[in-house]
Amino acid sequence: MSAHLGYVAASYGAAVFVVASLISWVVLDARARRRELQVLEDAGIRRRSAGGGTP
Amino acid sequence: MRERSLAIRSFTDLANPTRFVALAGRLLPWLASLTALLFAVGLTLCFSTAADYQQGETVRIMYIHVPAAWLSMMGYTVMAASALGTLVWRHPLADVAAKCAAPIGAGFTALALVTGSLWGKPMWGTWWVWDARLTSVFILFLMYLGLIALNRAMDDAGRAAKVSAVLILVGFVNIPIIKFSVDWWNTLHQPASVLRLGGSAIDPEFLRPLLVMALAFTCLFFTLHLAAMRTEIWRRRIAAMRRQAARGAASA
Repeated sequence: MSAHLGYVAASYGAAVFVVASLISWVVLDARARRRELQVLEDAGIRRRSAGGGTP
Repeated sequence: MRERSLAIRSFTDLANPTRFVALAGRLLPWLASLTALLFAVGLTLCFSTAADYQQGETVRIMYIHVPAAWLSMMGYTVMAASALGTLVWRHPLADVAAKCAAPIGAGFTALALVTGSLWGKPMWGTWWVWDARLTSVFILFLMYLGLIALNRAMDDAGRAAKVSAVLILVGFVNIPIIKFSVDWWNTLHQPASVLRLGGSAIDPEFLRPLLVMALAFTCLFFTLHLAAMRTEIWRRRIAAMRRQAARGAASA
């Protein structure tokens, strides 16, 4: 069992790294864009099609 | 837009980005919860099943390698369908879907390559061989990276969408090559053992965690894709608002 445990641990470690990286990218990007939209709306800038609604 | 006008009555209503953003907001918490639940069940099964009589503990690598490999192909298939949507139907969200699937597909392809290598060393005695299956998946990874770079290199989003769509459709020829490479050529990689004529060749003891993990990874893909698409729509809105503000400032 222990002979190949390192390969199994490395594989699951790689999976955690890839999944965590993808989730972080999606969450942080969404948070940054939401903040940016809020700043623009607070400055009174609206899309022509928005009609004053929230994005 | 008023709340009533955002109601989704048919599939084509989703072509409206505002409706899509509203739907994504409602779906994402459910999809994320389902993904977490499937991973909890899947991982429990992964580590509670017996070791294989031949592969030993390394069979547990299969529970992440195989779903990652499936999703590497599914991600590109989603991109190809979106590319058709861009070129044929000029669907407003098709380009958004293709652009957002690329980094997720690249992530799963990288995971398939790394875990395949980590399984290959103890089982085949080598980290890597340039056989048809491994090489075609490596080419898929390079194609994902190329498409991400192309999208970032072009300032004109409309032009980038069309060029990317053509390239995606040309590159789609690699997907059947990956799938059937193990049948067409003599490869070190074993032939299909789950999705094949005559049914799965895997014992139900190992098939159960594999299928639950495949479902979990698929749910993860669609959760990330939906969230990334919503963010991309916001990004395009921000660009439009900045352009509008600049025009307003120039005319004032």
